[in-house]
Amino acid sequence: MNGMWLHRKIEENTGLLIFGILFVSAIGGLVQLLPILEQESLETAAGNTRPYSAIELTGRDIYIREGCSVCHSQQIRPLIAEVERYGPYSRAGEFVYDRPFLWGSKRTGPDLHRIGGKYSDDWHRIHLLDPRAVVPGSIMPAYPWLVRREASASGDITAKMAGLRRLGHPYTDAEIAGAEADLEGLLEIDALIAYLQSLGTGFTEEGP
Amino acid sequence: MEAVSNKVYHDTVVIRLIQFSVIWALLAMLGGVWLAAELIWPGLDFGQYWLSFGRLRPLHTNGVIFGFGVSALMATAFYSVQRTSHVPLFLPRLAWFCCYAWQLVVLLGGLSLLAGYNTSKEYAELEWPFDIAIAIVWVCFGVVFFGTIAMRRIRPIYISNWFYGALIIVIAMLHIVNSLALPVGLIQSYSLFAGAQDAMVQWWYGHNAVGFLLTGGFLGMLYYFLPKHAGRPIWSYRLSVLAFWAFVYSYIWAGPHHLHYNSVPEWVQSLGMVMSVVLLAPSWATMVNGIMTVSTAWEKLRTDPALKFIVLSLAFYGLATFEGPMMSIRSVNVVSHFTDWTIGHVHSGALGWNAMITYGTFYFMAPRLVGRELYSSRLANLHFWLALAGTMLYIVAMWAAGVSQGLLWLSVDDIGELSFDFKDIMASMVPYYILRLVAGLIFLAGTFLMAYNLYMTVRGRPALRAVPPAVAPAFGVSR
Ligand code: HEC
Ligand code: HEM
Repeated sequence: MNGMWLHRKIEENTGLLIFGILFVSAIGGLVQLLPILEQESLETAAGNTRPYSAIELTGRDIYIREGCSVCHSQQIRPLIAEVERYGPYSRAGEFVYDRPFLWGSKRTGPDLHRIGGKYSDDWHRIHLLDPRAVVPGSIMPAYPWLVRREASASGDITAKMAGLRRLGHPYTDAEIAGAEADLEGLLEIDALIAYLQSLGTGFTEEGP
Repeated sequence: MEAVSNKVYHDTVVIRLIQFSVIWALLAMLGGVWLAAELIWPGLDFGQYWLSFGRLRPLHTNGVIFGFGVSALMATAFYSVQRTSHVPLFLPRLAWFCCYAWQLVVLLGGLSLLAGYNTSKEYAELEWPFDIAIAIVWVCFGVVFFGTIAMRRIRPIYISNWFYGALIIVIAMLHIVNSLALPVGLIQSYSLFAGAQDAMVQWWYGHNAVGFLLTGGFLGMLYYFLPKHAGRPIWSYRLSVLAFWAFVYSYIWAGPHHLHYNSVPEWVQSLGMVMSVVLLAPSWATMVNGIMTVSTAWEKLRTDPALKFIVLSLAFYGLATFEGPMMSIRSVNVVSHFTDWTIGHVHSGALGWNAMITYGTFYFMAPRLVGRELYSSRLANLHFWLALAGTMLYIVAMWAAGVSQGLLWLSVDDIGELSFDFKDIMASMVPYYILRLVAGLIFLAGTFLMAYNLYMTVRGRPALRAVPPAVAPAFGVSR
C-alpha cells in the first residue's frame, strides 16, 4: 500500500479533503470557462442584432415566465436538414443581448430561432389562444390568460431596461424614459408576439 | 468523559427528512405523470396558468431533484456520517434548521415556479431570493457535515463521506457562480452572462448538478449502504480512491456535450466530448467495485428487498453512465439532441438509479431507526417489481420515440428536401407517450406502496436511542 501515503494524509484531515476536492473540481471549469468568458467574438453583435425594444423585452420575459423554452429550442444547428427546416444556422453573435440564453434542450415543438416573419401577427394570436384551431392535433398548450393582462403589469420595464444597461446593453436615455409609454394599451399577448416576430431577424448573409 | 446520554445519535432529524423526501417523491412524480398526460391531452391544464406544461415541468424537476433527492441525501448523510465518525451530529440544532429551512425553500420555491417566477436556466429555475436562501442552507449543511467529521473518533474519513463532501462543496461552487445575476425586481433578475457565454456557464452548472448531486451524492449512499447491507467491506479500497478522484476531476469537463453543434467554439465541444467518454472509466470502476462487494453475498438478495433495490440501482447506474458517454459523441448526439432520447436517458438515471437506491436505503434505515421490523416485506417486493417494470417501460418507450424523432427530423431526400413535416412526426409520438404515461403510473403506484409501508413501520415510534460503538484502538483518535 505504498503510494497511498498521500491519500492517507488527505483522508485523515478534514481541511485537506475539503481543499483537495475544491481544487481538483475547479480545474476543468477554469480551463473551459475562462477562455470563453474572455472571447470577444462571443460578445460582439452579429449583423443587425440589436437590444430588445421595451415591448420585445416584455414579451421575452413572458416567454420565460410561461416556460415556452421547455418545448422550443432557439438554436439551429449547422446541418442540412435543420437549415432546410428552420433557416440559416444560429450564430453566437446573434445572442449577445440574450440574458438568459434560451437555446433550450428539448424540441417538443419546432425551433423558434427564426420564427420572426414566418407567420402573421394574427396567426400567432389565434395559435397562442388555441393552437388546435390552426394546427389540428397540436400538443402545444393554449394561453388564454395572455389576453387578460396588460403588458405593463408584468414587471417594472424601466427598472429592467436600466438594469440591462448596467450590464452593457446600449439603451439610450430616451428609450428607457419612453419604455412605459411604449407598453401602454398593449396586452401581454401583443408583447409576446412582438418578441416572436423579432426572433432571428438580426441575421444578414454578409454578417459574421 | 462525556455523559453517555450526550452521545446518542441524532436520528429524529433523519426520520423527519425521510418523511419529507417521501412526500416530495409522491408530489413531484405525480407532477411528472401529469406532464406525461398533458403531452397526450394538452387540455389537461384546464386553462389554468399554474397547470400549464411550461410551469409544471420545472416544478417536477425541482421537486424530484431538490425535494425528493436532496432531502434523501441530507437524511442519509446525517445517518451515515454519525455512524462512520462514531459521534453524534455536530450542532444538531443547525441540522434541524437545515431540515426545515430546506423544505420551506422547496415549498415556496415550487409555488413561485407555478406563479411564473422562473430564470429558465435548467435546474436553476428559482429566482434570486431563493438562490440566496439555498446558499445559506447549503452552507449550514456543510457546517453540520464537516463539523461532525472534524469531531470524529475514528482516524480515517470513510469513503462515503468523501462523496457527500464533494456533493456539498462542488454544488456550492456551481450554484454560486451560475446564479450570478442582477436583480431588477423583488423576484426577477437578469443573468450576468449573456448568450453563448451564459450557455457555457449554465451547462457547466447543469451537467455537474447532475454529476455531483444525482451521481456523486448518491454514490455516497452506495458506499455506505451497500457494504453495510451486504455485510462485506468494500471490495477494493484502492479502486475507490482512484475512482473518486478521477470522478471529481473529470466530471466537471463534460458540460459542453449539452452544446454540440450549438453556437459555442468547436474546441470546447470536442474537449467536452472527449472528457465525457473518459468519464466512463471512473463511473464503471465504481460499479465494478459495488458489484464485487455484493458478489459474495448474493444469497441475501433473496431475502432482503432493500438490497435488491440497491443492486438493481447499480445496474441502472451502469446503463446510464454507459449511455451518457455514448450520447456525448457528436455523431450520436446529432440524432439524440433535442429528442425524447434525452428524456429516456435522464429517467434511466432518475428512476433506475436515484429513485431505486433511495428506496433501498429507506427500506434499510426505517426499521433500524425505530427498532422494529419492516411492516411488510411482501409489499416491498411488489414495489420492487413495479419499480423495475415502470422504469423499463419508460426507457424503452422514450428510446423508440427519441431515435425515431431524431432520424425523421434529419432525413432528407435525394435532392436535399425534407422527407417529413414536423407536425407529422409530432403526431406519430402519441403511442410512445401513452406507454410512458402507463410507465409513470406504475412507478408512482410503487412509490405509494412504499410510502404506506414506511408509514406503518415508523408510525407512533420514536427514534431508537443508538449510541456510538467503541473504536478499535488502531483507528481511534485520542481527544
Ligand atoms: C408542451 C410543449 C409546448 C409548449 C410549452 C409551447 N409550445 Fe409552441 N409548439 C409546440 C408544438 C408541439 C408545436 C407544433 C404544433 C403547432 O404548431 O401547434 C408548437 C408550435 C409553435 C409555434 C409555431 C412554430 C412553427 O414554426 O410553425 C410557435 C410560434 C410557438 N409554438 C410558440 C410558443 C410560445 C410563444 C410558447 C409559450 C407561450 C409555446 N409555444 C409553448 C409545443 C409547445
Ligand atoms: C413517476 C415518475 C416520473 C414521471 C412520469 C416523469 C415524467 C417526466 C416528464 C413527462 C418530463 C418532461 C419530458 C418532456 O419535456 O418531454 C420529465 C422531465 C424530467 N424529469 Fe421526470 N418523471 C418521473 C420521475 C422523475 C424522477 C424520479 C426524476 C429525478 C430524480 C426526474 C427527473 C426529470 C428531469 C431532470 C427532467 C428534465 C429532463 C430534461 O430536460 O432533459 N423525473 N419527467
